[in-house]
Amino acid sequence: MHGHIASHARAIIVTVLTLALLVAGGSFCAGLLGALTGLGGGIIVVPMLTLLFHVDLRYAIGASLVSVIATSSGAAAAYVREGYTNVRIGIFLEVATTIGALIGAALSGLIPTSALSVLFGVVLLYTAYRSGKRHEDHPVEGPPDPWSTRLRLASTYPTPNGLVAYDVVRVPAGFAIMFLAGCLSALLGIGSGVVKVLAMDQTMRLPFKVSTTTSNFMIGVTAAASAGVYLHRGYIEPTLAFPVMIGVLCGALLGARILGGARVLWLRRIFTVVIVVLAFEMLYKGARGLL
Amino acid sequence: MNESDQTHARADHDLEMVIGRLLQIGVLIAGAVVLAGGVALLVHQGGAIANFSVFAGEPPTLSTLTGVVSGAWHLHPAQVIQLGLILLIATPVARVAFTLVAFWVQRDRFYVGVTALVLALLLYGLIWGRG
Repeated sequence: MHGHIASHARAIIVTVLTLALLVAGGSFCAGLLGALTGLGGGIIVVPMLTLLFHVDLRYAIGASLVSVIATSSGAAAAYVREGYTNVRIGIFLEVATTIGALIGAALSGLIPTSALSVLFGVVLLYTAYRSGKRHEDHPVEGPPDPWSTRLRLASTYPTPNGLVAYDVVRVPAGFAIMFLAGCLSALLGIGSGVVKVLAMDQTMRLPFKVSTTTSNFMIGVTAAASAGVYLHRGYIEPTLAFPVMIGVLCGALLGARILGGARVLWLRRIFTVVIVVLAFEMLYKGARGLL
Repeated sequence: MNESDQTHARADHDLEMVIGRLLQIGVLIAGAVVLAGGVALLVHQGGAIANFSVFAGEPPTLSTLTGVVSGAWHLHPAQVIQLGLILLIATPVARVAFTLVAFWVQRDRFYVGVTALVLALLLYGLIWGRG
């Protein structure tokens, strides 16, 4: 309790104008780094708002969800142009993510913010762990999954050697992980693209490019499900959501424009270090009940 | 893959491109509304002390569709921002609605049903959702 009071006393007194400019600047960096590294900016918006600007976790989650939608819808045309999105898989798995998001949004009011902070730390650590791994495609061998056949999920994607056919496996397991991704997205105000890629890439064995672009399609839809609930519940504070949305959107659009292959490797390493530091901070503050 | 499948896939892709462009336009319009409301807010209330460290929840004028629309109609800056944010939240909903139409045109009954379910869940959250 003593620490709780101290943390509020440490908050610097600023005007609305100053806060908006600082938050817009920080969100711009988050959007830019998120687009350049492919890890998404949403994952660091919430720690930035809570740890740096002492914003209540619920306002931070509301503002962050809005920026997740902006990035997803803003980048849609660029992703479609590449021609990898599998709309059938996307819409089928969205049944799981939207139900997960609505349940997560319903649960969030019952879970103490300190527990959410610890959960956030764990998800950040997992994101850092995944970002250090190389992505490899594991084409499906053997008989097709009966669910995939029934739902007509198999498709093709463009490669330098022409169209390549692919199929998916373990559809029920992928569906279950997507439900979890939806819950996490609502509880923490993130896109949870990392968990979505885990479901499609690792579990269902979709080609990497197909899973990342289909994931972008799904992130906005999932975030919209819980953002609606949070709007009604008063989590979306215009004074905060405005600089976060504009900042992240501008950062993400610029990032998509200057994106260029291998150069981002060192940037990815720096971003991973930032994520690990934020993870421990969220775990510490959550465990001590400071958030 | 035979020729008619390829024509089909091509038509799908073209439709997806149109949807992607519409979403981009939607985001830009939402962003412009948010920015206009935001600038007005900073001009009017920029000097106030900011304190968001304690959660109070937004009043109905900022957290219900009717409250936001009537406030935005009178050009109250905070409600103009919220209106832009609601437009933004509507963009993925529109994407799902377009997908529904695309499956309908293809006479793919099963996926029309799946897409309608997702759309219903989204509208539930946006219109009635209190969690």
